[in-house]
Amino acid sequence: MKVSAPSGVGQAAKPLADPFPPLGIRRSVLVGLAAFALLAFLLSLAIGSVPIPLAEVVHVLLGGQASEATWQTIILLFRLPKAITALLAGAALSVAGLQMQTIFRNPLADPFVLGISSGASLGVALVVLGGTSANVTVFGRTAYLGDFGLVTAASLGAAAVFAVVLAIARRVQSVVTLLVLGLMISYLTSAVVSLLIYFSIPEQISAYINWTFGSFGGVTWQQMRALAPALLLGLTLALLTAKPLNALLLGENYAASMGVNVRAARWLVTASASLLAGAVTAFCGPIGFIGIAVPHLCRALFGTSDHRMLLPAALLLGGGLALIFDLISQMPGARAALPLNVVTSAVGAPVILWIVMRRQSFGQV
Amino acid sequence: MTTHHAAQLPYTQAALAAPAAADGIAIRTLDLTTGYKNGRSHHVVNRGLNLTLQCGKLTALLGPNGAGKSTLMRTLCGLQPPLGGSVWIDGEPLHVLSPDRKARKLAVVLTDRVQIGYMTAYRLAALGRYPYTRWDGRLTAEDEAIVQDAMRAARCEALAARMVAQLSDGERQRVMIARALAQQTPIILLDEPTAFLDLPRRIEIMHLLHDLAHQTGRALLLSTHDLELALRFADELWLMGGDGAFVTGAPDEVYRRGDLLNVFADEGAEVRRYLQEMHQRWKTTI
Repeated sequence: MKVSAPSGVGQAAKPLADPFPPLGIRRSVLVGLAAFALLAFLLSLAIGSVPIPLAEVVHVLLGGQASEATWQTIILLFRLPKAITALLAGAALSVAGLQMQTIFRNPLADPFVLGISSGASLGVALVVLGGTSANVTVFGRTAYLGDFGLVTAASLGAAAVFAVVLAIARRVQSVVTLLVLGLMISYLTSAVVSLLIYFSIPEQISAYINWTFGSFGGVTWQQMRALAPALLLGLTLALLTAKPLNALLLGENYAASMGVNVRAARWLVTASASLLAGAVTAFCGPIGFIGIAVPHLCRALFGTSDHRMLLPAALLLGGGLALIFDLISQMPGARAALPLNVVTSAVGAPVILWIVMRRQSFGQV
Repeated sequence: MTTHHAAQLPYTQAALAAPAAADGIAIRTLDLTTGYKNGRSHHVVNRGLNLTLQCGKLTALLGPNGAGKSTLMRTLCGLQPPLGGSVWIDGEPLHVLSPDRKARKLAVVLTDRVQIGYMTAYRLAALGRYPYTRWDGRLTAEDEAIVQDAMRAARCEALAARMVAQLSDGERQRVMIARALAQQTPIILLDEPTAFLDLPRRIEIMHLLHDLAHQTGRALLLSTHDLELALRFADELWLMGGDGAFVTGAPDEVYRRGDLLNVFADEGAEVRRYLQEMHQRWKTTI
């Protein structure tokens, strides 16, 4: 009987407290996350084999000269492109993961798990393999393709896999089937990549292995001109999907009944997630765990599945965390940095386990 | 047996304002053929349906499994195209309406599982404002007032702050009905809204739907297996037989004609005996 309201004539019994919780986005949380990302950004410019005081970092960022010339070089030529890459890549993977978890209604979806990253690497590999030039580097850090070509190939590869996975996901609702599908796509791409390696020289193989470790460090200012616009475009498109993604939480039938153009929404999500995952994979390698863990962290920390809140939160938290992960990977010593995927896995897996143990509703998006 | 008169309810009328169809007819089908298209082959489920759904009435669609209730519901929702004929909602052809226009005419409550990790019942009901909000989905104060009224009308305002994942099936169904009300459409279609519910909850939901149809002037169509509840609460029955037969009429009319017995004529002896006994009981109670 707890649901029935009083229905006496003329009775205007209002409960003492307003039963309706606020619906708006919590700006304070987003401001806090932005501050976290900014702090992580500054720290990653200051900390490294050569420590640089924060004040100097800020001074250089504002266009001034550092008190030591080498600091100037270190910040502008090495640490700044790397930090921007980490910030954008972390944001991109988190946002793509969030979009995919919602559109597949699958808590385990992310670009890495569903093989979208593999699709991106396949796209690059096929184009590189197709090239007849003998001195093409495997996951081309060279400008043979051109950096825009690299992003395009990777995004198209990602989109092709995304389309296949999406088409199959609409027929089978099973979470497990989808994961098996992602696994098989990864095997298929690795078969092609193995073939590529078979015909490669040792230097190329070494370059490929390094690429699979994941790194934010390989991006030059030149390549940033392709990477940054691609990611900013992808993130902008993603922010436009907040409204339809909220409706899609109820499934495609309900979404359609509420006026969502489901086909257009699916297309928009595919385009932005493929662009995001593709561009990051092309330049940083296949990076795991960020895409799956950050959306869950945001849901659990802020207690909402509302994409108007989740999309900006995942963007900021993902960017900040990627910077922290990158810092951790360099902590042990100046000489050898840990592979990035070692850090994201070592930190990401326990975080997911912790959420699973604490929260029962983890199984839902 | 008491009649269920519409009670005066403590909510304002904003949520209840939905543009009423001019001629009192919410849905009209013209020679409608429902079914599935599978490649080039057509599988026809029902043929030649000429139906009218009235505003301000609760209409119940009844029939055995496999008779095509879901197919008809999905066709009337616009979720699948008709194989022939046409569906007119509020005077406009359904299957060429844009998603946005359609969402302002017709709201649905489906059997699809609603599983959301972290969303309050209020937020869920507020999704009903989707066709009216701007690109980022922000709700105005007016939107919020409409959603709150809708929750009061569906008698679930006390659940507003609860997480959807923690609601019982009956509670969630009320919130989904509030969401459909907040969509401010002249028509609401409900696909087996009382499935999975226990008897008290089924009675409450049917009572609620009856009241809403009468108080808000909306046309409510539900499909159900609950024969007795439908006979008691619905204003209009649509009966589907397993053999493609289709009869409509008010419950007493349908009963007087013995349509129930005809529709379930293909069923076994036990079923027919049960229906005959029901028929006798009904005669004595009137």
